[in-house]
This record gives sequence, structure tokens and C-alpha cells, in this order.
Amino acid sequence: MGELIAFYLLAGIAVATALAMVITRNAVHSALFLVLNLVVVAVFYLLLGAPFVAMVQIAVYAGAVMVLFLFVIMMLGAERVGGTTGLRWQVPLAGALGAALIGGTLFAFLRAPAGLAPVGSPPVPFGDPAAIGERLLTTYVLPFEITSVLLLIAMIGAVVLARDSGPEGK
Amino acid sequence: MAPFLVEAAIKSLILVLLLLTGFAYLTLAERKLIADFQARIGPNRAGPYGLLQPLADAVKLFFKEDFIPEYADRVLFVLAPLITLIPTLLIFAVIPFGPELTLFGYRTRLQLTDVHVGVLYIVAVTSISVYGITLAGWASNNKYALLGGIRASAQMISYELAMGLAIVSVVLTTGTLQVSGIVEAQRNGWLIFLQPVAAVIFFITGLAEIKRAPFDLVEAEQELTAGYLTEYSSMKFALFFMSEYVKMIGFGALMTTFFLGGYLGPFVDLYPGLGVVYFTLKVGFLIFVLIWLRATLPRIRYDQLMSLGWKVLLPLSLANVMGTAVVVALTA
Repeated sequence: MGELIAFYLLAGIAVATALAMVITRNAVHSALFLVLNLVVVAVFYLLLGAPFVAMVQIAVYAGAVMVLFLFVIMMLGAERVGGTTGLRWQVPLAGALGAALIGGTLFAFLRAPAGLAPVGSPPVPFGDPAAIGERLLTTYVLPFEITSVLLLIAMIGAVVLARDSGPEGK
Repeated sequence: MAPFLVEAAIKSLILVLLLLTGFAYLTLAERKLIADFQARIGPNRAGPYGLLQPLADAVKLFFKEDFIPEYADRVLFVLAPLITLIPTLLIFAVIPFGPELTLFGYRTRLQLTDVHVGVLYIVAVTSISVYGITLAGWASNNKYALLGGIRASAQMISYELAMGLAIVSVVLTTGTLQVSGIVEAQRNGWLIFLQPVAAVIFFITGLAEIKRAPFDLVEAEQELTAGYLTEYSSMKFALFFMSEYVKMIGFGALMTTFFLGGYLGPFVDLYPGLGVVYFTLKVGFLIFVLIWLRATLPRIRYDQLMSLGWKVLLPLSLANVMGTAVVVALTA
């Protein structure tokens, strides 16, 4: 029962912060609402009994990624989003796609309300760091390696793009 | 569930009270020690040996005008000191101050909670602690404060990686993510001897993370008029000040736990209470070193800071992690 109350409370906060992030006109405030949202998701992982995933979520998303976002926003002084710059046809399209997503989710959920049925307790070493590490390097080694190569490419790309092109650059 | 909550509440209360007292007297200790290093006398008017100086400072800060600049982002300006302070306090939740002992007929651990991913918890909380100062700089709407805030985030992002990798080598050596497990693994020898490179990297990056001298260019008085602190006054300033000193204690506690054997020491199994004494002595020594460094070293330049972080410490810690992994794999 307590868990259910906690879930609804957190779900409310998650939705509210996600909405606030989209609606806010100030980019710094948006970024901070996104941080809150990511932290709430981490608490969801904790509720599900996966502290490892929760901590990684906070360290990677709420910590590293969002700090960089905020850093770039502040560096560029881009915190004020202009009125309706360039986003004409995207707004109705985003609305339509969002509505389609909600409709599809609702349809799937109402047809087979799996979310309302008790899931049963997860296997005992659930989200255990050792178990996750072992799976990553055995069962899921191919996607894991592909992801790491992708990240490496992105990193090299960023370095190449950020370099001065000519010797007179700096 | 309820006894657990009561225990946690009591422990947190004691912890916060200790940290606040520690903060107050740390300010005095720092002023006294720096005075000694510079052959001055230091504060000696309020009470014997200036012992009431922290109280006088607190009273003074309370009566200062609490000023909010006209064009500041009011909400974030008020929240920023709290966002800075809370993660620094949160770190202490997983630090073991002593071994398991019986207190008033109740078996307990001198640690708020012993989560089995404690090390990751520490990494997560330190990664969050960048926000407060960055936001303080931005919300002030002042160019010096903004520069200080941007410097703070650049510095902390750069040094977090090397620090994380130093912690990874600790985890690899001890084979556990539980903070109490790391301390117990040091029964046969402190990790500073097994992992000297990681210890040095952790110490340097830790200095940069808590922005102590020689890495205090975030609040460089001469060029940035105190950086993110410029627009803060009264109790909000005091909160920043407090988090700065609590961070010093936190850094000492982490360094002690990871590399100096935590609460371990002679006869600690016979008298578990001794663990707290050892722990406090080790942390006290590290804090003394921090103050000593501040009195000795000049502030480094911004480009030196960046090249030290990215070109020296990061490759070194990566190599250390690889070496540790090879040794662990071969000996396992």
C-alpha cells in the first residue's frame, strides 16, 4: 500500500516536471526540470529494487549529461528561447504525434491491462552490479560493443569538429 | 520498518549536529592555523583562545542585510545555497565512522546506511553537487558570478572523471561496492600502499572537486571578486561557507575510508569505540594538510588546471585502472 502511494506521488512529480520542462520558456529552468525528472526516475528504480541502475541513472544522466547541457546553455547565453523562431509546422505535428502515442499506449493498456496485474517478485540478484556486468560481457556483448564503438565515433567526431581547421586558427 | 526509521533518524540528527559543530570550529581552526603559518596571532578576542569566534561570526551573519539583486533569478538565487549544501551532507550517509558495536544493548553500525552500492552512491552524489555553485553563478545575473559558475562546472566536470577512475581502481582492488566492505578489506594493509597512484590522483582531484587551494580559481578574489559568491550575503553566504567546510570534512572522510583504512587501527576489535577516535584523527590530519596546502601553494592558472586534469591525471588514472585490472585478473 505504501509503495502504491509512493508510486502515484512520484508518478505525479515525474509527469509534472516533464510537462514543466517542455512548457518553461527559460532553457536553464527547462534543464533543471529535466534533472528533477531524471532523479524521480532513479527513485522509481530504487522502488523496483534496482539500486545499481538507480545510482547509474543519477551519476550519468542527472549528473554528467545534464551538467554538460547546463554548461553549454550558460556558455552560449542561450537561456531565453525566442517567441516562435523556426518552430511553425513542428508544433502541430508534435501535438499530433504525442496524442497518437498516448492513444496507442492507452489502447494497448486497456486491451490487456498488464500493468495492473501483480508482476511477481523479480529474481533475487536483480539489478546486481555483478549480474549486469556478466550479462553485458556474455549474452549482450555484441550490442554492448556496438554501443561503445558508436560512442567512440561520436567522441572522435566531436573532437574533429571542434578543432581549428587551419594552422592560423590559434 | 519503524525501528529502522527511528535508528536512521537518531543517527542523522547526531551526524548533522556533529557536522555543524565541526564546520563552526573548522573555520576557527583554519584561521588560527593560517595565522600560525604566516606568523600572525589570529582571532583571540572572543572568549579564551578565540573559542567563541564562530559564535560571533554566526551572530554577525544573522544581522547582515539579506540582499537579492534586482535582476537575479529570485527562485534559483534562493535555492542555490541549499542545492549546494544538501549533496555535501548526503555524502555522509554511507561513510562508516566505526565498526559494528553494541550501544545501550543495541547492536548497531556507526554508519547511517550500508547500501551495497555505496561507492556508486558517492559517485552519484558528487556528480550532482556541481549544480549548486553553477546555478548560484547564473542566478546572480552578474558577469563575475557567471564566470565563477562556469569555471566551477568546467573544473568539476574535468576532474570528476579522473576521480571516478581512481575510485574504480579501489573497487577493483577490494572487489566490493560496499563502503564498509572497502574498509574491512584494508585489514591487511591500507590501500594507500596498494594503490599509491590512485591515492595521489584521488587527493588531487578531490582538492579540485571541493575547490580548495591551489584549485580555488572558482572564487578567485583578485579576478572574479569571489566568483559565484559575489552577490550573496547574510545567511545565504553562510550556507555556501558551511557547505565549503563540510565538503572539507567529507573529502577527509572519503580519503580516509578509501585509502587510509577508515576506522581501522590497533585494538579496534577489542574496543570498537576506538574506531571513531582513529577515524577522527585521520580526518583531522587530512584537514590539517588541506589548510597547510592553502597556506603554502599559490593558485594555479586556468589553462594549467585544464591541462593537468585532462592531459596528466586522466591518462594516469586510466593506466592505473588497466594495470589494476590486469593484476586482479592474474591473481584471482
